[in-house]
Amino acid sequence: MSVQLLTFLIVGASFLLYIAIAIWARAGSTTDFYVAGGGVPPVLNGMATAADWMSAASFISMAGLISFMGYDGAVYLMGWTGGYVLLALCLAPYLRKFGKFTVPDFIGDRYYSQTARTVAVICAIIVCFTYVIGQMRGVGVVFSRFLEVDITTGVIIGMGIVFFYTVLGGMKGITYTQVAQFCVLIFAYLVPAVFISMMVTGHILPMTGFGATIADGSGVFLLDKLDGLSTSLGFNEYTSGSKSMIDVFAITFALMVGTAGLPHVIVRFFTVPKVADARKSAGWALAFIALLYTTAPALAAFARVNMIETINGVDDKGTLLTETPGWIQTWKETGLISHEDKNGDGRMYYSGDDRNEMKIDRDIMVLANPEIAGLPAWVIALVAAGGVAAALSTSAGLLLVISTSVSHDLLKKTFAPNISDKKELLSARIAAAVAICIAGYFGVHPPGYVAAVVAFAFGLAASSFFPVIIMGIFSKRMNNLGAVSGMISGIVFTMAYIIYFKFVNPELNTSENWLFGISPEGIGSIGMLINFLVAFVVFKMTKEAPKEIQDLVESIRFPKGAGEASAH
Amino acid sequence: MSFKNENDQKAYWKENLSILFKLLAVWFVVSFGAGILFVEQLNNIQFFGFKLGFWFAQQGAIYVFVALIFIYMKLMNSLDRKYGVEEE
Repeated sequence: MSVQLLTFLIVGASFLLYIAIAIWARAGSTTDFYVAGGGVPPVLNGMATAADWMSAASFISMAGLISFMGYDGAVYLMGWTGGYVLLALCLAPYLRKFGKFTVPDFIGDRYYSQTARTVAVICAIIVCFTYVIGQMRGVGVVFSRFLEVDITTGVIIGMGIVFFYTVLGGMKGITYTQVAQFCVLIFAYLVPAVFISMMVTGHILPMTGFGATIADGSGVFLLDKLDGLSTSLGFNEYTSGSKSMIDVFAITFALMVGTAGLPHVIVRFFTVPKVADARKSAGWALAFIALLYTTAPALAAFARVNMIETINGVDDKGTLLTETPGWIQTWKETGLISHEDKNGDGRMYYSGDDRNEMKIDRDIMVLANPEIAGLPAWVIALVAAGGVAAALSTSAGLLLVISTSVSHDLLKKTFAPNISDKKELLSARIAAAVAICIAGYFGVHPPGYVAAVVAFAFGLAASSFFPVIIMGIFSKRMNNLGAVSGMISGIVFTMAYIIYFKFVNPELNTSENWLFGISPEGIGSIGMLINFLVAFVVFKMTKEAPKEIQDLVESIRFPKGAGEASAH
Repeated sequence: MSFKNENDQKAYWKENLSILFKLLAVWFVVSFGAGILFVEQLNNIQFFGFKLGFWFAQQGAIYVFVALIFIYMKLMNSLDRKYGVEEE
């Protein structure tokens, strides 16, 4: 059977599964729609959270990025997992006890301020939209490469599926579909990784194969070989990287804090029945995420060695163009790999200096990996299904937060407080439908700065939500004025810095011009400090929070008496 | 009020914070400490086929993160029981 036919079959089967689950888990009330009725078992919620969190970027792009960045790739590995420790220890149990539907709900009630709620809603919508656009694009890429339909058709198919189960099932439908999507994506990620690890090092587990000797009898450690290859080809040593220490620190910190402040992640902990379940569920979520995140760097290293050897040949002379491997040929057709025979010797060569003749897009590494390693066709089809699952599950979670923000935070809590449960549910569904169409439009016509907006999403979450929620829990007396001014100054600073270096003056975006040598990707950590500082100063000059708010804070600090999440 | 008295409530929160700070200290040391600030020093140590600092940055820190959350869960659940504020 051809790769394409197999891909159609496997991806098609996964779609049928998602649709069946959606029909089974329809939402009947707003509680179902927003927080899945608050009755999701913690282990399943952990899986759903993991699928929600691991996006097309984690599945498709991350190993590729690490493969080209070496040690520096650790900013993503630690940044996108370490945030869960903050989330589990500092936020999730308390927010669960608080027992509302959304993050703006917490901020609005805790700071007894409509302004705080509105600022939070706007941040939530911006963060989620920037994120979801990239996901739709990811769906498009997978479809166009593996099913050989054009990107527009790919995005429309993806939109249709997400539309179906988000609008129908709300959080309940999403959660159970995400459980299935997690299983598909993790299986699709691990199978080729295990195959490749066995081929390169003879180890079944990629995490240990990563630190083992190469199975060619030479007794050389994989990473030592990679360091040697890298330096002889004019790259930095693989295990050292090239970013400055302060920048690695700042980016890792911003990603961690941003992760803990992302509304679509926080909201997952409103769906479990108890506070103790919120703690447990965060643990399971990270355990499931860690499966992929500890495999990714191993895959990155294997892919790097394989790629260099197939292009440059084992003898380092370059592979003859007449013997171009099939995968290079297929990816050349998509324009993501190109070759220019500069020295006219009829051979390809890849290096980090002026001998280089190749242009290779980082995003292809995971998708091309099974082909590079010559794995069977069904593995390639499986990877396509995994990529689609990763992109769909994350989009659905984000779209739900957008629709909740509109129907619950804006409509119910701001403009039309008397709206009935039924009407609110209808408006949530309409908002989800509109959000999907907008996201799809941007997926087909992506703004030229998709990569840059990712820095935005994390920077914004880090500099706005995280500090305000932390202060809301750990300081009883922090008041409305402190929180609002903190959020606004944190966001304005972070946005200004990113916009200046990414859009206004991109040519100045080098380390000499950065504040303290911190890149726009890492500036959220400074924005976060500014938020804390401004909030504290303003708080010291104004009246502390009233007695009933202080009592509210006392009451979320212990688990007893947590009911299911509700609107009042 | 779910606590027996106000002293209990204060004591519970104090113990909670102490658990929190200890675990966050470990969190900081394995990631920012071993993986970033002292990565070069640790890289002089060989750990199987890895340089130790590199291993912490790309593998070790993540394993510790997972363990930390489960340890937190255990400690907090027993703290809740000690003060009688667990859920039914």
